[in-house]
Amino acid sequence: MNRLRAWFLAPTWTVVVVLFLAPLAIILGYSFLTRGVYGGITSPWTAESYGRLVDPIYLAILWRSFWIAGASTALCLILGFPLALFISRAGPRKNFYLGLVMLPFWTSFLVRTYAWMFLLRDTGLLNTALQKLGWIHAPLPLLYNDGAVILGLVYGYLPFTVLPLYATLERLDRTLLEAAADLGAKPWATLARVTIPLSAPGIRAGAILVFIPCLGAYLTPDLLGGGKSVMIGNLIQNQFTTARDWPFGAAVSLALMAIVMLLLFAIARGEGESLL
Amino acid sequence: MEPVLELRDVSKHYPSHHAVNGVSLHLARGEFFSLLGPSGCGKTTTLRMVAGFEEPTSGEILLNGSRIQHLKPYQRNVSTVFQNYALFPHLTVRDNVEFGLRRRAGNHIDTRVRGVLDLVQLAGKESRRPAQLSGGERQRVALARSLVLEPDVLLLDEPLSALDPNLRKQVRAELKAIQRRVGITFLFVTHDQEEALSLSDRLGVMNQGRLEQVGTPEEIYLHPSTRFVASFLGAVNWIGGVGVRPEAMRIAREPSSNGHRSRPATIVQSTFLGNCVHVDTRLSDGEPAVVEISRLGETFAPGERVHLWWEPADELLFE
Repeated sequence: MNRLRAWFLAPTWTVVVVLFLAPLAIILGYSFLTRGVYGGITSPWTAESYGRLVDPIYLAILWRSFWIAGASTALCLILGFPLALFISRAGPRKNFYLGLVMLPFWTSFLVRTYAWMFLLRDTGLLNTALQKLGWIHAPLPLLYNDGAVILGLVYGYLPFTVLPLYATLERLDRTLLEAAADLGAKPWATLARVTIPLSAPGIRAGAILVFIPCLGAYLTPDLLGGGKSVMIGNLIQNQFTTARDWPFGAAVSLALMAIVMLLLFAIARGEGESLL
Repeated sequence: MEPVLELRDVSKHYPSHHAVNGVSLHLARGEFFSLLGPSGCGKTTTLRMVAGFEEPTSGEILLNGSRIQHLKPYQRNVSTVFQNYALFPHLTVRDNVEFGLRRRAGNHIDTRVRGVLDLVQLAGKESRRPAQLSGGERQRVALARSLVLEPDVLLLDEPLSALDPNLRKQVRAELKAIQRRVGITFLFVTHDQEEALSLSDRLGVMNQGRLEQVGTPEEIYLHPSTRFVASFLGAVNWIGGVGVRPEAMRIAREPSSNGHRSRPATIVQSTFLGNCVHVDTRLSDGEPAVVEISRLGETFAPGERVHLWWEPADELLFE
């Protein structure tokens, strides 16, 4: 029996070890080496890359990543909650609406991000239309700023908040809502005092599923931020390409990972239950 | 005296069926009134219309003389004890009980909560969560949460059905005692005839969306107005068009004289039930009849030829 179990788990273990743990070990090794002149790594061993992490320039990028990810997460929850609530009460049409939520996944994320560029740029659909209507005379600066990055992230990750929120709201005992109304609570009070507190697990799961990928986002800030809105993901990519500083890139990657793990740990401790 | 709650020709029609059909009734202040009937008879729908969860298709509901059928649940001074209690799992016992009080009572909240928790014997368990309570305790929290609001009518939707049978009888007695103490009008929905008979001042029997009969437990049990009411409230033997309850019948070896009705029968078998004995018999025309006799009396052997007799006054007659 145990033997059989070992065989069943073998593919998973292979993937985890070869494609995750081994590369992670390599990154860890790189982070303690010195940068080569034309990229790559060379001896001697040093912890210098970690020392540079606290440089105000990089702390600013970290801070910016945090607030962009935080704002995107908050917007996803604010937009996703009413949507999830609506779907959970849509009766037989639930699956249809859930299908619509997942419809964007049929197209590549890259293509969809490019589509936003065509919509938002100076000669894009939105600006052209507004000018044709005579509402504005010069194009609005819609692209290449933090707002565009947040828009792209919210657009891309909204389904990841809607699905866990839907799952909790769908399981919510309807008689609790009747009981609240019965005890004199108006609809908004019921929402605040019963529905939202009881969907806390879904809110937490949705927030984590959005915040973590947003924190490490690379493609969206690169395309919609246009290099002006640099996040940690862009910093890492930059170190491995243009800056040719692999050890520092590796150190930033590991630092990001450590921050994410500490956050998850803190949330799990705060809730007094295991999270993942 | 003006009834606290009145239903005037209330109906609830769904596309597929008529859940409630022309129900009219009134509840006197402080009364314990039960709606009794099999599942699907419309009793819960009736209760939900009084609570405001369903709107009647036609008819009027009056609370203290004013029409409430179009008001939202939070606008009516009635409160419901749900079948599954519907306690808020994220709140403590105290917060559950305070839920409806928040906006109303101001600084008297503490006194009122303490009072009602004493009443339902939950003092000392204020900071527990529903998950940490037994079934009986949860039921009392649900009761306290509604009673603390001092509703004009307390609506109870099969509140005892989730309890195990031993507890049920104990809670039944407690419920009746609490109702007497607080003097609040109770509208109690149940499918359990014993519950309805033992708790109610008056009860209404429902069947297929209609109210078949309203009366005191004695009236309903002893003088049912329809065959349905007669059979729903207990076993009935149908003999030549009249009904006779098993406990109203006697078994004798000789035919009885002096005004008793009497029929020859054959003993089929006797079943000992602890407090009494049920004797299955077969009448001469082949119809079965059950007789409930004292375990202290005579015993009869299967196959024995006997006479069943009863008083004409115990016959249940229907038009």
